[in-house]
Amino acid sequence: MAVNATHERQAISLFQRDILKRALLDSLVKLDPRVQVRNPVMFVVEIGALITTLSCLLQAFGGKPLGAGAEPGWYTVTIAVWLWLTVIFANMAEAFAEGRGRAQADTLRNMRKETVATMRDGSMKAASALSRGDIVVVVAGELIPGDGSVIEGIATVDESAITGESAPVIRESGGDRSAVTGGTRVTSDRIVVEITQEPGKSFLDRMIALVEGAERRKTPNEIALNILLAALTLIFMIVVATLRPFGLFAGTSISETTLIALLVALIPTTIGALLSAIGIAGMDRLVRRNVLALSGRAVEASGDVDVLLLDKTGTITLGNRQASEFIPMPGVPESELAEAAQLASLADETPEGRSIVVLAKQYGIREHDMAQIHAEFVPFTAQTRMSGVNVDGQQLRKGAGDAIIGFVEAEGGQAPPELRAQLDRIGREGGTPLAVARDNQILGVVYLKDTIKEGMKERFDQLRAMGIKTVMVTGDNRLTAAKIAQESGVDDFLAEATPEAKLALIREQQQDGRLVAMTGDGTNDAPALAQADVGVAMNTGTQAAREAGNMVDLDSNPTKLIEIVEVGKQLLITRGALTTFSIANDIAKYFAILPAIFITTYATTAGGRGPLHVLNIMNLGTPQSAIVSAIIFNAIVIPLLIPLSLRGVRYRPIGASALLRRNLLIYGLGGIVAPFIGIKLIDLIVHNLLGG
Amino acid sequence: MTFSGWATIVLFAVILTALAMPLGSYMAKVYTGKRVFLSPLLGGPERALYAILRVDPKQQQDWKAYAKSLLFFSLAGWLLLYAILRTQNAFFVPHALNPLGYHPAPWNVTFNTVSSFVTNTNWQYYSGETTMSYLSQMIGLTVQNWLSAATGIVVAVALIRGIVGRSGKGLGNFWGDMVRTVLYLLGPISVIGALVLVSQGVIENFTTYLTAHTITGLTQTIAMGPVASQEVIKELGTNGGGFFNVNSAHPFENPTAFTNLFEMLLVLLIPASLVFAYGRMTGNRRQGIAIYTTMIVMFLGAVTVAYIAEAHGSPAQHAAGLHTHVISGSGGGNMEGKEQRFGIAGSALFDVVTTVTSCGAVNSAIESFTGIGGAVPFANLSASEVIFGGVGTGLYSILLYVLLAVFIGGLMVGRTPEWLGKKIEAREIKLAGLGILITPLAALFCTAMATASKGGRASISDLSVGPQGFSETFYAYLSQANNNGSAFAGYTGFIQPNAGNLGSHGVTFADLLGGFDMLFARFAPILFALAVAGSLAGKRVSPAGLGTMRTDNSTFVVLLIGVIVLVGALTFFPALLLGPIVQGLTGHLY
Repeated sequence: MAVNATHERQAISLFQRDILKRALLDSLVKLDPRVQVRNPVMFVVEIGALITTLSCLLQAFGGKPLGAGAEPGWYTVTIAVWLWLTVIFANMAEAFAEGRGRAQADTLRNMRKETVATMRDGSMKAASALSRGDIVVVVAGELIPGDGSVIEGIATVDESAITGESAPVIRESGGDRSAVTGGTRVTSDRIVVEITQEPGKSFLDRMIALVEGAERRKTPNEIALNILLAALTLIFMIVVATLRPFGLFAGTSISETTLIALLVALIPTTIGALLSAIGIAGMDRLVRRNVLALSGRAVEASGDVDVLLLDKTGTITLGNRQASEFIPMPGVPESELAEAAQLASLADETPEGRSIVVLAKQYGIREHDMAQIHAEFVPFTAQTRMSGVNVDGQQLRKGAGDAIIGFVEAEGGQAPPELRAQLDRIGREGGTPLAVARDNQILGVVYLKDTIKEGMKERFDQLRAMGIKTVMVTGDNRLTAAKIAQESGVDDFLAEATPEAKLALIREQQQDGRLVAMTGDGTNDAPALAQADVGVAMNTGTQAAREAGNMVDLDSNPTKLIEIVEVGKQLLITRGALTTFSIANDIAKYFAILPAIFITTYATTAGGRGPLHVLNIMNLGTPQSAIVSAIIFNAIVIPLLIPLSLRGVRYRPIGASALLRRNLLIYGLGGIVAPFIGIKLIDLIVHNLLGG
Repeated sequence: MTFSGWATIVLFAVILTALAMPLGSYMAKVYTGKRVFLSPLLGGPERALYAILRVDPKQQQDWKAYAKSLLFFSLAGWLLLYAILRTQNAFFVPHALNPLGYHPAPWNVTFNTVSSFVTNTNWQYYSGETTMSYLSQMIGLTVQNWLSAATGIVVAVALIRGIVGRSGKGLGNFWGDMVRTVLYLLGPISVIGALVLVSQGVIENFTTYLTAHTITGLTQTIAMGPVASQEVIKELGTNGGGFFNVNSAHPFENPTAFTNLFEMLLVLLIPASLVFAYGRMTGNRRQGIAIYTTMIVMFLGAVTVAYIAEAHGSPAQHAAGLHTHVISGSGGGNMEGKEQRFGIAGSALFDVVTTVTSCGAVNSAIESFTGIGGAVPFANLSASEVIFGGVGTGLYSILLYVLLAVFIGGLMVGRTPEWLGKKIEAREIKLAGLGILITPLAALFCTAMATASKGGRASISDLSVGPQGFSETFYAYLSQANNNGSAFAGYTGFIQPNAGNLGSHGVTFADLLGGFDMLFARFAPILFALAVAGSLAGKRVSPAGLGTMRTDNSTFVVLLIGVIVLVGALTFFPALLLGPIVQGLTGHLY
């Protein structure tokens, strides 16, 4: 498996017809003040829109505009329309983001057909009525009625509905591949499944709710940012409210419409409008990478990860250790060792066992057939830590060095001194030595090599540049672990790792204030997954693991963590960048609106221009066109930035200071300059083309 | 502009930095309970004070307890000062301490004055030499000069403790901090400073006022009093309340160009040192240096603008065809309202020094500055006194801005924001946001009240219509909200036909509005700063990595300056437009 083999779902186009239609409709439905009140910034805009509309109506029936001033009717109408559009654009941003999630959810929902489950006793039960502990039987061609663990049998299962991966996967009882997901289809054989979900809370149900954003709650950082935006809104309300008496003192009366326009231009509407869309889009980006985050909080936390725990096997190395060399003991011919190793591995269906057979072939040893030679297979057990065959009265064994030494000594033999040296050497080099014995004689050692995946070093360098420390976790001994750690470029390693040691390592890192992310699939990973700040469970893993983590990777690709971290960072950067942009915009808006308001203030001739007109540095047409242009810019920048907020600002692993400089330049300085250009252009249209 | 003018400014910045660094280290030691070289001398009095006050300085207070002690102490100080000022001619006051038999000022002016001194503002509607007895000056006002300064400092220290604290919620002990501040910091510097001032001609006596006969045959009353002892703490504590009406322009307060430089150094000494102390206390001196850089850059920027503007002369001078450049016998520039012995540079520098800090002392008339030169103090006040700022207040205010900058900048590097390893979350943003907003909001609100009401307009003279009237009003409430105390010409709160207060009366509206402006804008941010400290105190610290935003490098300094300028500019631009900017844009005199 290549490191980057991420099955990426198609990004659902922003302009897909039905999403667009639904989004437009939703953005009108969301005008409901009960919805808006959750977003203080946009709520203020909506109130402003209501008041200006009232003013329009007054003027339409021949009244004066609210407040003071004698502005033309077209001006009040235009401002009112654009204020409503501002709110609608904001709603649209959110609706778009939700729409994309909903489209994903619809695909999922189609799978949740009502199925009937066959219970073990032969009775039938509706799938929706299944509860935890029920035991069902599923045969080839049937849909699995609910989430559960295989307790009997082995079968291939087509999980393409949830993973998008078309090749069926194997699910079997016991071990780490026992979890099955409701809605997936068994394509061969028969399995007995113990249901582990409560009705209506299946994995699929959770997934649908998540991508739809139904369970979306504001994340802690979103709440903090919202408070900041509310504070800014508050201060601008006071600034605008006090401007009326200040103006009157200077002999200038300002209409309600203009004050509201100024307020809306100043409060951070851009980020206020896009904030929730950014959050939803972050989830969506994960879904497209086939990762399900069970909470927005987890996505946010993934941006903060300091330490990444990576399982050696399958993540850093290809995982299937391959026999690469036969090392005979003195006096033993190499071919004798090769043949013994081959015989001992014949019944061994593990990748290691098969690789020994393949290597032996290169030594000219022909393949034996177990049945033909009447060999009796001795399987591997955790107690003996070795396997082999009994053939022709001989006992052939292969296994860990000390296990084989124990075996030989029990048989009355003795281990040659060279053995220990070879075992140590292979261990130091990062390999796994398998000793091979025949009765009381040790024949030699098989050198099993673990191959490091391509491109890992670069990935770790990249992580280091992101400020993330990588720790390799392995059950190997220290020597082996150190060798692989050095070759792969990982920062640190935990050797001879037990589930307890893993948990202790996570706790220790967290005690030091670090945020820890890890992947896991086995049931014994569950405590560590639950303890980690970001725990990504492999979809192929056990149900226990999937419930303990706060994310599930449907591709079961452990290097995905790196992408998850990037998505988390992108999410935060996008928030920060658009907040900066939004606030920086205000400078230009002041230069558009304030000279327009005070153009005649302290004029020396009646009706002439006062000293403050020189601040009209953009040389905007008329006071009305200036204010209208600022409001149009303010509104239009929202839909223009929807693609950016859905896509996210790109994260570059160039170090925090360089990144900050870069984003300050683009969104800070850019945010100051952009509206000067934008407002001027809009004014050219409003004033010169439309004659405003 | 002259070489010696620029040299004065540069020299000043260099001396300040050179003094502030060691003093900062000293302060860090004092506030972390370490022994300092004065310990053998002051340890005894310190322990005696604890015994008298019956406090255990080692007993940690959480933010609420700390705040309670602070509020109680300030309230007690307020009541005591009010009592002293209102009884200055009572039967029990010895004649020597009120030789001129001055009556007390009316209740409304006294309310304003007391609030002003308790809040370290030292806004003065009254003239010291025609209103206050020596007793009021010495036991009343000078004591509050000390205590309000110490109060500001201990809040900053408590906030630092919250920021760096790793165990529990304790912010230190208010009483212990106050005692140490007075004994180890304000005391020694004040004694030395007062002696230096006396050596230069600042007076210190209880003599009754002198009468001098001028060569033109007129008589002139020359006010006397215990000036030096108040003058030193007025500067050192960034108080700024003059013994005399004309403040540091008076030759008995600020007699020479040397005392001018000396007093400016006293003003900035503690605010600057505290920044270095902050760096020391965080365990990373660069943190202090970054903030110091932010401050000194903005400070020198303001000085440059003010100096160039004043040296260039006023539009009126140019319109009249007067020489404004340097010629033999004249320093050129706009000398209106400035003292010859200080010159343009000495006045521009003093003006900036006392308006970036909450000192508010003046050695020249700010309203006589040119349009742009006069806009500089406005701009300084608009930055909410975070460029050095008042003693303590400057540091705790800028730290709230740092928190805000960390939040926005932290997001932009792709992590949930953290500051010195502590996560900035909703609670801190709420508290810091409110802490930052209070001062500008109070200033805008009070200015609106004053400009919109008849009561408020009564304080503006009939001559000051239009933008000048607006500037005066705005400056008055901006200055009081920032606890600065400097004034932009004659915004009146006290009508005093005769020296000694007979027949005088206050302008109740201006007195009360200003008083509440000062009290609110002083104590609300203090409470928010302490609450932020309490909130941060218990937080877990995560170690910094490559991905963590640093708060001790030049990028952060730029970000911080950006945030300070943007918040100030966005809040005050409309108001500044109608005051100093209109005045600066037009040759028309208002």
